[in-house]
Amino acid sequence: MAQADAARLVTPAMLGLWLALGSVPLWIDRVGLYPYLGVEILIWSIYALAFNLVLGTAGLVSFGHGAYFGVGAYAFGLAQFNLSANLWVCLGVAVLAAGLAGLLVGLFISHRRGIYYAFMTIAFGQIFWTVAIKAYGITGGEDGLLKIARPPADFGVASFDLHDNVALYYFVLVVFAIVVVALWRLVHSPYGQVLAAIRQSETRAAHLGYPVWRYKLTVFALSAAVSGLAGALFAMAQRSAFPDVMGVNQSGLIVMMTLVGGGLVSFWGPVIGVLVYIVARDVIGALTFAWMLYFGLLFMAIVLFRPEGIAGMAKSLLARWR
Amino acid sequence: MALIEAQGVHVRFGDRVVLEEIDLAVTEGELHGIMGPNGAGKTTFFNVLTGRVKPSRGRIRLDGEDLAGLGPHEIANKGVARSFQIMTLFDEFTARENVMVALPAFRARGFDLRRAVAGDAGLAEEADQVLASVGLAEKSAVVAKQLPYGERRALEIAVALAQRPRVLCLDEPTSGLGSDGKQRLLELIRSIRTRLTIIAIEHEMDFLFSLADRISVIHWGQVVARGTPRELQANEWVRRSNLGRFA
Repeated sequence: MAQADAARLVTPAMLGLWLALGSVPLWIDRVGLYPYLGVEILIWSIYALAFNLVLGTAGLVSFGHGAYFGVGAYAFGLAQFNLSANLWVCLGVAVLAAGLAGLLVGLFISHRRGIYYAFMTIAFGQIFWTVAIKAYGITGGEDGLLKIARPPADFGVASFDLHDNVALYYFVLVVFAIVVVALWRLVHSPYGQVLAAIRQSETRAAHLGYPVWRYKLTVFALSAAVSGLAGALFAMAQRSAFPDVMGVNQSGLIVMMTLVGGGLVSFWGPVIGVLVYIVARDVIGALTFAWMLYFGLLFMAIVLFRPEGIAGMAKSLLARWR
Repeated sequence: MALIEAQGVHVRFGDRVVLEEIDLAVTEGELHGIMGPNGAGKTTFFNVLTGRVKPSRGRIRLDGEDLAGLGPHEIANKGVARSFQIMTLFDEFTARENVMVALPAFRARGFDLRRAVAGDAGLAEEADQVLASVGLAEKSAVVAKQLPYGERRALEIAVALAQRPRVLCLDEPTSGLGSDGKQRLLELIRSIRTRLTIIAIEHEMDFLFSLADRISVIHWGQVVARGTPRELQANEWVRRSNLGRFA
């Protein structure tokens, strides 16, 4: 079954998930939540899936990924103000800018391993964050980039207004679906298999003839580009871009979400992690300001007792049940 | 003419000289053994041959082509494969996936993002043939970390064979094997040696003496003796050293 799914472009699980997500605006108000929450979950899911390309697939620990999410957000806004108000142009610029930023950083870090690699990602993340704070004339500094519009999704024959959160939700859902299909194929392609081999043994992969640093470089740039896409959608959803998403704190959050969800053992782990985090933030957060304490405890419990995360636990239960 | 040749290979780590003026020439189809006590520099020499360690001076030539400055992946692509003393398998992969990823046909598609690996029957078939050649035909779907030790050793060799190398470097292939495992490995190496040039580091002298065409003895980073097994058995240095006991 798993083998058959790996060969498919679209799996039954994907169809089920998209169908379930498609129904969200129909009932989300009735459970005391709101459509914008769905937008946030989808955007962060795109970001987490992109991040997991580096962490779960290639085994590279990045604690500075917020930088590329932020670059995408700023690039979207700046392209809109200075280049074109067209949605596709702005999204394209965001993806390109974040991908180039990832490529540039990747050139410096791809020869490193383990803790040195992780620290380099933090260092570069801090550089991007500092630039975002200090380059007031470009980024708006700590005030951020405000008044970013939500341009319509223009397909030539039809144009969809995205001002309404439900419309934006469906637009982001389509982007999410495209990202899922693309990343699913990538992970199960020869390229993805080589990345998985590198995760298990860089040394062996090199002695099999694979230029390991080139794989590490390209996967980092690809991951950064998709993170930039998520950042652009976030800027569009928030109608603004702020430097806080580039900080160490936010970069750490994506690591937590991915690990809690089970990104190390499952393609869907990051999505589960995002869902748990954002719903916990809103539901537990409504009851107590200390909600992050409980999420932190959950994170600690998972790291200590179930490092394979929620998806890993579900897999074990399913295997036992079968 | 030698297929693979080391000339004046010298390696130092800081103040410590690990290899000193090592010369070695292995002709096509030869099985050349390397023996010596622990810490003699045998694995370092392998690391030089396969690009993992850059020599301070000296040359490595493959079929006359200088390999100086090339990294492990470039040397592997030129046809030099190796196994490791401490097994370095892709533990989460099945035996078939371990072999598949080593195939030149797979390597050629390494940057292919569009096709799924799972749907490629040709690659799976080729990998299964390699597994069959080392006696692991029935184990193709078993995850590498779940294989018994002896079968992991065989898989280690299968991965190197899958690269379709011209030169196969085996680093202590009998390490950790029981007598049955050694016998099976002996038969396996006998079956593949007719189509390959092999350089094998080995502590098991009986094993090496029954297989090798020639043997080089490395001690203190230098080649102290070289010859056929028969010549080495008569060598005074080898007879006087601990190594001579086994010979």
